[in-house]
Amino acid sequence: MIEAQDLLLIKEIEQFVYREARLQDSHEYDAWEALWTDDGMYWIPANGDDIDPESQMSIIYDNRSRIALRIKQFHTGKRHTQTPRSRLCRVLSNVELLESTGNEYRVTANSMIFESNARGDTIWGARTEYLLRRESDALKMAKKKVMLSNNDKPLYTLSFLV
Amino acid sequence: MVTASEMVRADSVHGALYSDEAIFQAELEKIWYRTWVYVGHVSEVPKPNDFVMKVLGPQQVLMTRDRNGEINLLLNRCAHRGNQLCMEQKGNRSSFTCPYHGWTFSNTGQLRGFPFANGYDGADRSKLGLGHVPRVAQYRGFVFGSFAAEGPSLEVHLGAARGALDRLCETSPSGEVEITAGFLQHRAKSNWKFLVENETDGYHPQFVHASIFSVAKSGIGELYGPQSTAVARDLGDGHTENDLRPEFRRIGKPMNWFGTNAERLPEYVARMKAAYGEEKATQIMIDGTPHVMIFPNLFIAEIQIFVIQPLAANETVQHVTALQFKDAPDLNRRLRQQTMGSVGPAGFLLADDAEMYERTQRGVTGASKPEWNYLGRGLHRERRDEDGFLVGDATDEVTSRGIWRHYRSLMEAG
Repeated sequence: MIEAQDLLLIKEIEQFVYREARLQDSHEYDAWEALWTDDGMYWIPANGDDIDPESQMSIIYDNRSRIALRIKQFHTGKRHTQTPRSRLCRVLSNVELLESTGNEYRVTANSMIFESNARGDTIWGARTEYLLRRESDALKMAKKKVMLSNNDKPLYTLSFLV
Repeated sequence: MVTASEMVRADSVHGALYSDEAIFQAELEKIWYRTWVYVGHVSEVPKPNDFVMKVLGPQQVLMTRDRNGEINLLLNRCAHRGNQLCMEQKGNRSSFTCPYHGWTFSNTGQLRGFPFANGYDGADRSKLGLGHVPRVAQYRGFVFGSFAAEGPSLEVHLGAARGALDRLCETSPSGEVEITAGFLQHRAKSNWKFLVENETDGYHPQFVHASIFSVAKSGIGELYGPQSTAVARDLGDGHTENDLRPEFRRIGKPMNWFGTNAERLPEYVARMKAAYGEEKATQIMIDGTPHVMIFPNLFIAEIQIFVIQPLAANETVQHVTALQFKDAPDLNRRLRQQTMGSVGPAGFLLADDAEMYERTQRGVTGASKPEWNYLGRGLHRERRDEDGFLVGDATDEVTSRGIWRHYRSLMEAG
């Protein structure tokens, strides 16, 4: 049975992941980067959802410093694939709190992302797992794993924040 | 009608070569289903009865290692009704059974049997095997296939590009490279030849990759600048390279080619010295691995292997993974990490290359005059090196011209 305090927590988590989605859609890179913990890991596996990222290739497997590098690259204004930027609209749903341990929360959600750019229009679908951590009273992302439904197939360039 | 060969001039090529579907169909026949095409690496099927799904042009092929250790390239298409025989990406099995009507084939392609066999009285089983790539050959573990039953040998086809593969393998302390990290598949709405040309185009890096070079404080940009002593080389037979060794030798620091130094890779350095001796190992570690485009589809980019797959005149997939050096675990980890950052759909480098592939494709599609792309950079300073190869400065288009010269000869052949 869900207690009233759990409902508040779930609401807080939903607001967090919706905010993250909005910052991505609107290319607010610095605000998005600020959502990460110092040990954040951003992972988009390839060829299945359960590969070993330490031995197999992933589409993205960024530690915190590489996340920062990704953001810096956007800020140069010469990241051609995002100049002009993709127009994005994503719907996030099925937000579910799987597990709470101390100050950490394991959360899952689904997203459907509509991307429009010079190539054309592309739809991306993904199941996402987050590890959120409460730090100084605010939620932050310690891990984000994006499991694209078509990660075993040839993919067009995926250069926005997913 | 203007033929494909008339569309290739000494210093320019016609835009229709990239966009015309009829030309693409002719290329399948005259290039992809005739010459030697890279398919896979022996390390992807290390044990007897291993198999892995690969591609040759638009087609799926099963690369199998049979019980005798031989490599076979089989079309993934049942000899009965054309059903896709295998849906697994890799595995280990000595036979494949079609789920449609139960026909079973050995991993060398022979028909082993079919259910309710009395319905096939008089059928010649020996003629009902899987389609296969008639010629399969390997060089230093790299497996190539040719759909032409007869023709030049793989060694002849590779020509001077063999030297680049030798150099690559020599950078491994065991003399062997492995492909074990799985492939990223990056798709682009572009013609395959835009990719082939771009791989050894030393003119674009400072512009297309300015963003990552600046924020990652990379020295790669300077290697492809006007002051660089690196050379662009036409190796003949459509194969081309950017030879960065003159720059690395000028700097003279082992592992600088990989953006690091010997102190950070003590294990690898020790193994290299044990394998080759101090002097030779040091030279290899200064020189680094090649940057070579082996026509039509194998690109070795220092630490990555790219396999180009044409799907249509305006659709291409680039399969890419990190090279792994056998017996060099400390280096291999860095090779994977750097590769994951650089390439694939979200790569710091390749996402911007792919953007240019797609923009050039849109540029040449249905283009009005001038419909020619100009490839004359460095024509006035083209020269022969001591081995007789045509070379130009680091940013010169001697490579593109070499690719197109070979392309023209293939398309003109009967």
